Amino acid sequence: MSEKHEGFMKALKCRECGREYPLAATHVCEFDFGPLEVAYDYDRIKKSMTKAAIHSRAQSMWRYRELLPVANDPTVGLQVGFTPLVKADRLAKKLGIRELWIKNDTVNYPTLSFKDRVVSVALSRALELGFETVACASTGNLANSVAANAASAGLKAYVFIPSDLEQGKIVNSLVYGANVITIKGHYDEVNRLCAEIAGKFGWAFVNVNMRPYYSEGSKSMAYEIIEQSGWRIPQHTVVPMASGSLLTKIQKGYQEFVKLGLVAEAEYSIHGAQATGCSPISVAQKAGLDFFKPVKPNTIAKSLAIGTPADGFYALRVMKETGGAADDVTDDEIREGIRLLAECEGIFAETAGGVTVGVAKKLIASGKIPANDSAVLCITGNGLKTLDAVVGHVGKTREIKPSLREFEAMLASEEKVNA
Amino acid sequence: MAKKVRIPTPLRKLTNNEELVEVNAATIGEAITELQSRYPGIAERLVDEKGEVRRFVNVYVNEEDIRFLTGSQTPLKDGDEISIIPAIAGG
Repeated sequence: MSEKHEGFMKALKCRECGREYPLAATHVCEFDFGPLEVAYDYDRIKKSMTKAAIHSRAQSMWRYRELLPVANDPTVGLQVGFTPLVKADRLAKKLGIRELWIKNDTVNYPTLSFKDRVVSVALSRALELGFETVACASTGNLANSVAANAASAGLKAYVFIPSDLEQGKIVNSLVYGANVITIKGHYDEVNRLCAEIAGKFGWAFVNVNMRPYYSEGSKSMAYEIIEQSGWRIPQHTVVPMASGSLLTKIQKGYQEFVKLGLVAEAEYSIHGAQATGCSPISVAQKAGLDFFKPVKPNTIAKSLAIGTPADGFYALRVMKETGGAADDVTDDEIREGIRLLAECEGIFAETAGGVTVGVAKKLIASGKIPANDSAVLCITGNGLKTLDAVVGHVGKTREIKPSLREFEAMLASEEKVNA
Repeated sequence: MAKKVRIPTPLRKLTNNEELVEVNAATIGEAITELQSRYPGIAERLVDEKGEVRRFVNVYVNEEDIRFLTGSQTPLKDGDEISIIPAIAGG
């Protein structure tokens, strides 16, 4: 074959009609607009990616390199992933479930969200395809990750975000020297504009023309969950949903490990979590529909505020196929979820984490996740980035003079109140 | 003044690389029919067998998703700008 070396990738393939395309920076089927997805040579992967091979590699998402869509060795984000899977006994007790685990991507490297996984893949592939400028439409975390990883790779970055984002997320993009463009509108409008910009400028838009590569990075979270669970698929996985992409990729990751013989086929369910203020997928799931109605988002969970979720159909299908459920929680329940996770486990998640904990609580209470089972919660971003959402809701400081007497008096008066 | 339709990259092979084309249609549905008469093959890319806009296609009139308006019945007036955009992943 005179073909160029493409690693373990075979082609891009339309998820709807199966038409194949070359492995370029393109994301949509010309015939039905269906999303393109990377097709792999699983026979070759099976020979190369044994458990022993995985064990011998560095503890990052790239230990599953054969299943990540780059032709050669990755060049961006080599330290990303392999975040802790934390046994959450105190939170389990609080939520009323036998066993609970937190997949803690609040400490992902380098920008403290799961987006470093997808960006590491997208930018490594962008360099392979010869791009010099990278860009994204973002609700915040993706912008942070594109900005940071582009800086470390010497790429020019343009990030487009809604102008009402949390201060923390804006500063976290600016500091890396990226061009940060704020759009007067919500994410779906940013997205629409970026689709138009992507058609006009020759940039690698990680979630537009690079989407087939980008989105595959999310699978690494599933691989890690399986390996860190002792090579088992958890009975229940609860995943936050914005576009629905992460949920579908968790399923794909589990299924690929089954296909490669790395894990035994088992019964499991994947559940989806949304905020009530932007819940097109969970509303459809609860109504038993296989399509959703777009909404205009209004929630403190801004990282999940996508009213027209591109992978909504596929997310609904995965929940149906795995016997999973969806639910959504109010802003107050989101804050309560953040507090529960922090107070029980010492993990400070952003609003999306509050959504996941809050929905898990509801699904356990309703028996959709049976109390006697075991569950993994995917916690995808760090609370330090969304301080705005919890300021004023997490207790108060008390000020005293530097005097022991004053401190003792304060404790005594508080004990009296609490008695 | 007519209405302008922004053609997305995946469809430009059908429009001889025209990025902006004008139509005189009175609704979105008619606009798609009019595009089809000039650029044969374009309609089947946008709508399914039942004439519904495909689920991975988003159509906007002056930046508003037609699913928040009246779908393919959405009326058009002179000067309106129509965008056709593939669905996009999260961020």
